[in-house]
Amino acid sequence: MSSSSALENKQLSPTPKNFTTVMVICVVLLGVCVIASLVFGSRLVRFNELIDGLFHPEIDTYGANIVRKRISRTVFSLLCGAALGVSGALMQSVTRNPIADPSILGVNTGAALFVVSGIAFLNISTANQYIWLALAGAAITAVFVFGIGSMGRGGATPVKLVLAGAATSAAISSLVSAILIPRAYVMDQFRFWQVGSVGTGSWSAIATFAPFLIAGILIAFITAPALNAMALGDEVATGLGVRTGVLRFIAALAGVILCGAATALAGPIGFVGLLSTHVMRLILGADLRFVIPMSAISGAIILTISDVTGRLIGSPGELEVGVVTAFIGAPLLIFLAMRSKVRSL
Amino acid sequence: MRNDSIELIISGRRQRRRRWILVTAALAAIACMLCCAMLLLGNTIYPVKDVIRALSGEQIKGVSFAVNTIRLPRMLAGLFAGFAFGIAGYTFQTMLRNPLANPNVIGITSGSSAAAVFCITVLHTSNTVVSIASVIAGLATVIIMYLLSRGRSFSIGRLILIGIGMQAMLDAVISYLLLVSAQQDIPTALRWLGGSLNGSQMRELPPLVITVFIFAPIIILLGKHLSLLELGEQSATSLGVSTDKTRIALILSSVCMIALATSTTGPIAFVSFLSGPIAKRLTGAGFSNAIPAGLVGVNLVLAGDLIGQFAFEVRFPVGIITGLLGAPYLIFLLIRMNRRGEL
Repeated sequence: MSSSSALENKQLSPTPKNFTTVMVICVVLLGVCVIASLVFGSRLVRFNELIDGLFHPEIDTYGANIVRKRISRTVFSLLCGAALGVSGALMQSVTRNPIADPSILGVNTGAALFVVSGIAFLNISTANQYIWLALAGAAITAVFVFGIGSMGRGGATPVKLVLAGAATSAAISSLVSAILIPRAYVMDQFRFWQVGSVGTGSWSAIATFAPFLIAGILIAFITAPALNAMALGDEVATGLGVRTGVLRFIAALAGVILCGAATALAGPIGFVGLLSTHVMRLILGADLRFVIPMSAISGAIILTISDVTGRLIGSPGELEVGVVTAFIGAPLLIFLAMRSKVRSL
Repeated sequence: MRNDSIELIISGRRQRRRRWILVTAALAAIACMLCCAMLLLGNTIYPVKDVIRALSGEQIKGVSFAVNTIRLPRMLAGLFAGFAFGIAGYTFQTMLRNPLANPNVIGITSGSSAAAVFCITVLHTSNTVVSIASVIAGLATVIIMYLLSRGRSFSIGRLILIGIGMQAMLDAVISYLLLVSAQQDIPTALRWLGGSLNGSQMRELPPLVITVFIFAPIIILLGKHLSLLELGEQSATSLGVSTDKTRIALILSSVCMIALATSTTGPIAFVSFLSGPIAKRLTGAGFSNAIPAGLVGVNLVLAGDLIGQFAFEVRFPVGIITGLLGAPYLIFLLIRMNRRGEL
């Protein structure tokens, strides 16, 4: 959503005062991230090489080729970050739960189990096949975890959801290891996936990913006003003409599609959705029409920065981006737990 | 009338005591059988007589090496680590009055692991330093977590959430250390991530054995106070327990045992979590379950290792077997607690 269409809604509810400022800052940051992602790595690219790689396709130097290689990786990490950010915003809104994030809900490991089983038992090997299995795994795990977490009194409280997610993750990762250990060949193939890295990002991966990303983000934008209404409570939302059951299902589906597709191609990456959505909510308030698009942008920024950081501190190799996001995202979880009231736990 | 009810209570208590003794004896017997199985079974099954002779120091070609160098350390590592995990897990669960509050879930094991991996891969220290560092890191994790979760009022839910957050961070640190470490250190360090009895060596065992012999008796002796703590802070104080001192002694002992057991075998999934509830199921309420919980831990580890070694075509490390058994139980427990509204 652009700032102009946000302004059209001014009569309904005002644009957050600082929206333009935040937007400008985010776009600048995004630009910095993109340049950093192109320049930094195991080999530092010089400025003229960067220009050559970007604008002079006929020049064929080593540095220019490195830049070209890094373009697809950067685009891929931006798209994945955006998908994870929007997915986090959707899941937090649907579950009405501040800590809902694909990694915490165990969705990543669910996708991993299906991918591993696919490699081991069905001999699949292409990204197109991964993505469907990962989506199925993500969806089933999400339903399972949310089902357990919302049993009993008080519905899905954060601590119940987190525990259900942690237990499910533990169960699934034991299964994954049990499948992997006897099959060295699967282990080899799986390792490239398991690392949780955007380094595999190629143009074909982006092409596979794009339809899911577009579908998910479209659904998120369309449902945002209705989700806003649902935040007031199911009864109020019904009174305002929202069919809450259908809405929940569609929004959750979009969330799972986004994080499942991102997980299928990049491997398990946690805490991006949690981080981006919370930062944006803190700055912009609760209106999802602004939070969702900005979560997409901030998710892209966070994932790309993490990727660059991983490349720098892991040099000459690279530290998987999932590790970096866990390290910066987990303190937020701790902070949220500290601030929340006992009752809402 | 009054005498009747008193007699009823006394006889009930006697019955429960009998059950406790029976169950404990049975668990100990099973543990002994599993220990023997660990020594007897392997690629080659040697006659019992040869195994005994090898154990008593006679040199028999083949048997001595297989039994004394491979199977005996493996068995002892499983025995002591299982006991330590079981008893420490039980202590935490009882003290915090929540079966989910065990060292695996709330991140203590990850704290110890991170410190140990750091010592192994970056500082290249000796085994003793690794053990000490892992104990200190485990204690530090507990203290930090307690301070963070205190807030206005202590809540177990908050503690668990913070623990899971800390665990995610510490696991990230471990991944980073493994990435930057030299190739030859990785096998040693990997032990800290998945529990396994493979490659247990005699010379690694003494710290664990000594720790268990020092701290397990402390927990067992404090068993009565621990059961009183379970009633809640106020009741325990009014029944004459100095709660803070008891708690500190209990935490210190359990963290030491957990850290050293982890340093010997790695974090064997779910043993510390499963032992307490299983022991409680078996013995019923009323008596301190420290010893039964420790024995259940031993049985889980040894049985898990035997299953992992022989039940499949491939050898699985014990951590995977206990993980496969334990995780469904954790989910079941969650469902039950949610239904009852205990969370």
